[in-house]
Order: sequence, then structure tokens, then C-alpha cells
Amino acid sequence: MSQKIDLDHGRFRQIIRGKIKQNLRKYISQGEMIGRKGKDTVSIPLPSVDIPRFKHGDKQQGGVGQGQGDVGDSLGQEQDGDQPGKQASDRPGDHLLDIEISIQELAEIMGEELALPRIQPKGTEKIVAFKDKYSGIRTTGPESLRHFRRTYRQAMRRQIAMGTYDPKNPVIVPIREDKRYRSWRTVPLPQSNAVIIYMIDVSGSMGDEQKEIVRIESFWLDTWLRSQYHGIESRYIIHDAMAKEVDRDTFFKTRESGGTMISSAYKLCAKMIADEYPSETWNIYPFHFSDGDNWSVDDTHTCVELLKKDILPFVNLFAYGQVESPYGSGQFIKDLTEHFDDDERVVTSEIKGKDAIMDSIKEFLGKGK
Amino acid sequence: MTIKRFPTYLREMQEQIEGYAKDYGLDFFPILYEVLDYKTMNEVAAYGGFPTRYPHWRFGMDYEQLSKSYEWGLSKIYEMVINTNPAYAYLLEGNSLTDQKIVMAHVCAHVDFFKNNYFFSKTDRKMIDGMANHASRVRRHMERHGQDVVEDFIDTCLSIENLIDPMSPYITRTRAPRSPGALEADEAQDNSGRLRAKGYMDSFINPPEYLEAQKKKREDEAKKAKRRFPEQPARDVMRFLIEHAPLEPWQRDCLEIVRDEAYYFAPQAMTKIMNEGWASYWHSKILTQKALTAAEVIDYADANAGVLATAPGRLNPYKLGVELLRNIEDRWNRGQFGKEWDECDSMDLKRNWDRRTGLGMKRLFEVRKLYNDITFIDEFFTLEFCIDQKFYAFGFQERSGNWEIMSRDFKKVKDQLLKQLTNRGQPVIVVEDGNFENRSELLLRHVHEGTDLDGGQTRDTLRNVSKLWTRPVSLLTRIDNKGKLLRCEDGTLSERNAEYPP
Repeated sequence: MSQKIDLDHGRFRQIIRGKIKQNLRKYISQGEMIGRKGKDTVSIPLPSVDIPRFKHGDKQQGGVGQGQGDVGDSLGQEQDGDQPGKQASDRPGDHLLDIEISIQELAEIMGEELALPRIQPKGTEKIVAFKDKYSGIRTTGPESLRHFRRTYRQAMRRQIAMGTYDPKNPVIVPIREDKRYRSWRTVPLPQSNAVIIYMIDVSGSMGDEQKEIVRIESFWLDTWLRSQYHGIESRYIIHDAMAKEVDRDTFFKTRESGGTMISSAYKLCAKMIADEYPSETWNIYPFHFSDGDNWSVDDTHTCVELLKKDILPFVNLFAYGQVESPYGSGQFIKDLTEHFDDDERVVTSEIKGKDAIMDSIKEFLGKGK
Repeated sequence: MTIKRFPTYLREMQEQIEGYAKDYGLDFFPILYEVLDYKTMNEVAAYGGFPTRYPHWRFGMDYEQLSKSYEWGLSKIYEMVINTNPAYAYLLEGNSLTDQKIVMAHVCAHVDFFKNNYFFSKTDRKMIDGMANHASRVRRHMERHGQDVVEDFIDTCLSIENLIDPMSPYITRTRAPRSPGALEADEAQDNSGRLRAKGYMDSFINPPEYLEAQKKKREDEAKKAKRRFPEQPARDVMRFLIEHAPLEPWQRDCLEIVRDEAYYFAPQAMTKIMNEGWASYWHSKILTQKALTAAEVIDYADANAGVLATAPGRLNPYKLGVELLRNIEDRWNRGQFGKEWDECDSMDLKRNWDRRTGLGMKRLFEVRKLYNDITFIDEFFTLEFCIDQKFYAFGFQERSGNWEIMSRDFKKVKDQLLKQLTNRGQPVIVVEDGNFENRSELLLRHVHEGTDLDGGQTRDTLRNVSKLWTRPVSLLTRIDNKGKLLRCEDGTLSERNAEYPP
């Protein structure tokens, strides 16, 4: 059931979005927001958006209460309500407002803030993506959309109210205020298939911090892409010297040790694409995160070959994110750049720390592929 | 909002309760009940009880907070009633019948209060239409000028919605200027400060130089008075801005709308304690003496205790109001008033004082007609009541960083209580000069009564006032016992020391 309040509520949410945008980096790099199972909303503290007024300062004001207690007894610090417990100060905006927002919405805000382009869906079936629907009446609009009947009805109503309507000689002359116009809204109808294949290096050189960064980044990538496609599929591959497919939970939590053979992951990825996702109808996004430390030059060579032959021809985008690590050599990104510098389908990004996550996301998705 | 038919069993209940209420002498407008589900209830509550308000995000914010607080089980709106004729009241769907009974009795008393209390006598009883008209005016402005522009401007207006003169509907602040004819007659009668003297002494007592000096002085004074703008400091800052700020017609209209609504709601803030006390007094009287069945007593007691519960550091207006009314009833029943009572010093005598005057009920109805919270507390909040009800004053203790009980001293408690009721707890801000320093700047003055203004909010509000005035705006106030002049020019704020009081 639609309510009147929905409009005002929508306005309020819009204002909130603006506020969130200003502090987005802070929220994005917070790890605790993600990984909560079964909860698709988060609660974030925002500076109050309330309207300022001339008010008494809290501390000098005091108040009156009723009940037990001796002079000097504390009434506590942690209370709701207007007075006790609210830590007053004269900095503006220090009253925090807890706002609940869906992660989906947060990703959209991120998209707006980073000016991420809407992704162009590929595939042969490019069905009309937008449709206009006439859904209401407004008092302003172009003459071509004037609603004849409503306009005259309004004019008649006005004339009756003014007492200038004569039933015997029913002449109705609309004036500007009487005019009513049709109004419309645009309904988007996106329709396409997409799959994201995440690959992560879980070898011994990837420490907890590196994992955290990958976790946060892939979380936001995932959320953003989900907001772009309906019914998106995600696959998760972890690898050290061997690669295997795992579920989402394991993907983010596993810590293994051992050597690194990146080619193992690429092989699995290529197989996945070949077997399950025909590129004519699927938008495919493989993302690979590693610290850039590969086992051998030979293996790197194999990776390049695999990419050239079995992966790149089929995907929208191949993204490689390299997390800075104290142990890794960081060589792999250089090798990739050397071979694929002029290939638009390959995007690489070096992630220096948590603060760089936003920039890295921008590098990955900024092309709108 | 779907209109549901008001169920028969509730209608019967309404007739029964209203019958009891009328028997007790309550006199109310016809009441129309609507049963709402909690979502609609929250919506209506966010709109201040009205079905239609102008579009504004803050209603959405209130709605979100109400809904969340309901969903988390922190609060529930049992009842709502608005001051109109007929009065509209809302019942929450799914409440127990006992609850609905309490609410109906409570509502009868509220409506009786709206109808009879003097401070509601100037409010528009057709405010449902009023609000709807405001809404369509604002919508029209939005269509013409854009939603963002108009909504932003309303934000600015709301920022000063508390700068009205809530007593102005009931008193005359400024006398109409005397007609020029009368002034001239004055002039002729007493030409320029001549002292009374017998004819032969006149040239000594009123020498020409003296007369000349007197005349000049008076002219200067007259000139000065003329230069003062406004002539008297203006309490109603909103009205001053409506009349004198260089606003577009649609802006002026928005400001008027916000001001009208502020005046409509003002009496509710001025009589919160009395109004809630009165309603609680009657719901408990009607229910316990008439309407309850034996099976409902426990549920009633539970609900009633919830309404009247107190928490440390918070004043429950329901509790204070109902206890004070009962105290008045008891005192007037036993003749505890008048000169003899006031002058009696013996606590023992006072405790057992009973003249069997039986005037309690009569006095209660007088009180509900003529008083507002301030006069109510000022006159009836007595030492005995204060002790009996365990009142205390609390404040913020810098040393411990805690809110603490400061005093149980009667005078301090009462002073504190009156202070926080004065001007509905809002600071008094007046327009001191509309042509400050002869540069068509605006000077506001905070009438400091012991409490500083909240710094951050003050600065933001000052910015908003200067948006309305379009020229720099200054505010004279006192911070930490020093006079300060805050000035806002083009959105930038400066601060300098100044004389306070001026």
C-alpha cells in the first residue's frame, strides 16, 4: 500500500545518501560491515541532519526530576532523552543519527560517488532497456501533453467556486492555473546475464591484512556488479600451488600456506568459462587478487598464454589486483603490464592499503565494461 | 490510508465512555475515531496528527524513527488526538479493549481541554483544512520553482519557527499609535517643557534659552524614536521578517505557512503538563469508578502505571500534572486555601486541616479553563507537594562528568521548573534593530536568563536568518558571562566582545 509519507521518506533517504557520500571512504574501508550472514542492511552513524534552531545549551540548563535519591547522586550518563546522557558540546553535527541502509543502496551510492559508468551489457539480445509510462497528472508541462478533460474539469470547478459558472450558458474558459498535464516516469528494464569469477591467492605470503583488503574490495565489487545485473552469478576459486573452487564463505576465510602457482587458478577459470558460460550470452568478469609473487618465470609464462588464448577472448574484463605485501616480490603485475599494456580488456591495480580500496575499485570498474 | 468502518463494539464503547464523561461534567467537541494499523499510525504521527501536510523530508525522518522504534519494541503510540472541531482521534489497531477504553476516556478529557482552555481559544478549529491548504500552496510553489529550492527554503524557515511570540494572541503588546491630532493638542497645551510658573515669575523660571534647549531635546528624542526600527524590540521575529525581509512572494508565503503552524502548535507546548494531567486524571477516574469490569482491572493498572512511570532525570508531564490536579482537588475539598491557610505555620495543623468545603471539583474545572503550565505550577506547586512527590533539581556536574541531583530545596526545584517552562523552554530572541549601524543589517538580541545558547546550533541558525534577511545579521548574547556579538556575513561567521546588556 502506498502511503503519503513514502514521498517524504524518500526525500529523507535522499538527503541521507548525500551525507553518506561525503564520508564514503570511511564506511567503505570498514571491514565489519561485511560478512554478516543473513543481514543485508547495515547501520551507520551519521552526523545529524536535523534543522538548527536557537536553543539553550544543555549543561547550564539542568532540569527537574521526581523520585528517590540523595543530593549528589548520579543520574547516569547513558540515557536517552533530551537531557542527561547526551554529551553536549558546541561542535556542530556531533549528535549522531543511526541510519539503517541496505548494502545494495550503499553500493549504488559508491557507484555515484566514483562516477562509475553503468555497465553496457553485452550479448545479442539487447532488449529495450527503458520504457516511459504515463502515470500521473501535474500542473506544469508541455502543451502537447495537456490533459483536456482534467483541465476543463478544473476550470469548471474554479468557475463554480467563483460563482461565474452559469448552467444555462455553460461556457468554460480555462486559465493558466487550471491546466493539467500528463506526467510520466521512466522504467528501466535491464536484462542480461553475468558471472563473476573471483580468484584469490591464499599462499603463505598473503597475510591477514592483505586478505582483509581483498575481502573488502571484492565485497564492494560484488555488490556493485550485483546492482547492475539481475541474478548475477558468482564463483570463487582459491589457489596456492593448486586451485580449487570453494563457496563464498570459505573463499573469504581460508588461510593456507605453501607455494604459488597462479596458472593453476587460470586453468580452472578457463575451464569454467569453456564449460558453463558461453560468451555470446554471458557477461564474464574474472577478478584475481594476489600479492604478485609467483613460483617461477615459467609459470608466469603459462599464465600469459592462458590469458591470451582461453580467457581474454571470452570475457568483458579481466581484472588483476595486487595487494602490497612485505613478503611478495610484486613481480606479477609488471609481467602482466608488459604483455597486455595495450589490451583494453585487462585492468591492473596496485592496492597499497585500505585507503586505496576506493581508487582501486574505480580503476577496475571505471571503464564501464 | 484505507478507511475502515468503525466497528460496532468500539462505537458502543465510545457511547458508554462519553456518557460517563458527560455525567462528570466534561464538555467536548464531537469526537471521530479512526482505527489505524501501526504503519498508518506512524505516518499520521509523523505528520503531527494530520492526514495531509506540505511535503518535507523531516516528516520522513520522524516517520523512520517512529517506525524503527516501534519495530524494535521501544515505543508504541497508543493514541493521538488533534485540536479540531470535530476532533479526530486515532486508535491503534490490535490494542486490547482495556487499552482502547483508557484511550477513549483520555481523549475525551483532551478534547474537553482543547475546547475549554483559554489558551486554545484562538486556535483554528478547522486546521485539517488549514494544513491541507498549506500543503497545496507549498506544492504549487514547488511545481513552479522546483522542489529542491522550495524545500531548502522551508528548512531555513523551520530553523526560526520557535522565534514567535506565543502570548501575543492573548495580550496587546503594542498600543495603537495615538492619532496625530491628539499629539498636536498636547503640543499646543504644553509648549516644549515649560515649567509651571506664575505669570510674573515665568521669564525667570522659563528663560528663552532654557525653552530653546528643551525644545531641541524633545526634537532629538522624537527623531531618535523615529529612527528606531522596530520601535519596540520585536518578539515575533518571524513576523518581522515576513513584513520587512526582501523576500519573493512565494518565499513570504512559505514563511507565513511555517509561522501559522507554529502558532497553531504553540498552545500545546504551553499546556503540556496540564493537558496530559487532565487527561490522565479523567481516564483514571472514569475507568476506576465506572467503566472497568473486574477482569480488566489488572490490565488497566499495568497500562496506567506505564503512563505515570518516572525515570531518573526526566520529568513525566503526565505524572506531575495528574498529581498536582489531585492535590488541588484535595486542598479545595478540605478548604486548604485562602488567607488563613497561607498564614498558618503549624505543619501539624495543616496536615489535619479539613473544613469540608467540598469545592475540589469546581476548582479543577476553573483551573482547566484559565491556567497554562506556568501559572499552574507557579500557583499550585507548593512546598508540601514538592516534598510529598519527591521532586529534585538536577544539573550537570563538570567535576564528575555526570548528571547529578543538585538539590531538593523547594525554592530551587520550583525555580528550575518555572525556568524550563518559560517561553516553552525556548530562548527568547528579539529583533533589536532592523537597521543596525545604519547599514540595513539585522541585530537580534538573546534575552539572557541564566542559560547560554547552544553554540553550534546558534551559528547554523544565524546563517539561516541571514539567508532570509539577505544582509548581514548579528546576534547579541552572553557566553560564559561575557557579552558577545556574533555576526554572519555571506555565510561567514565572526565574533567579537560586546556590551551585554546593551
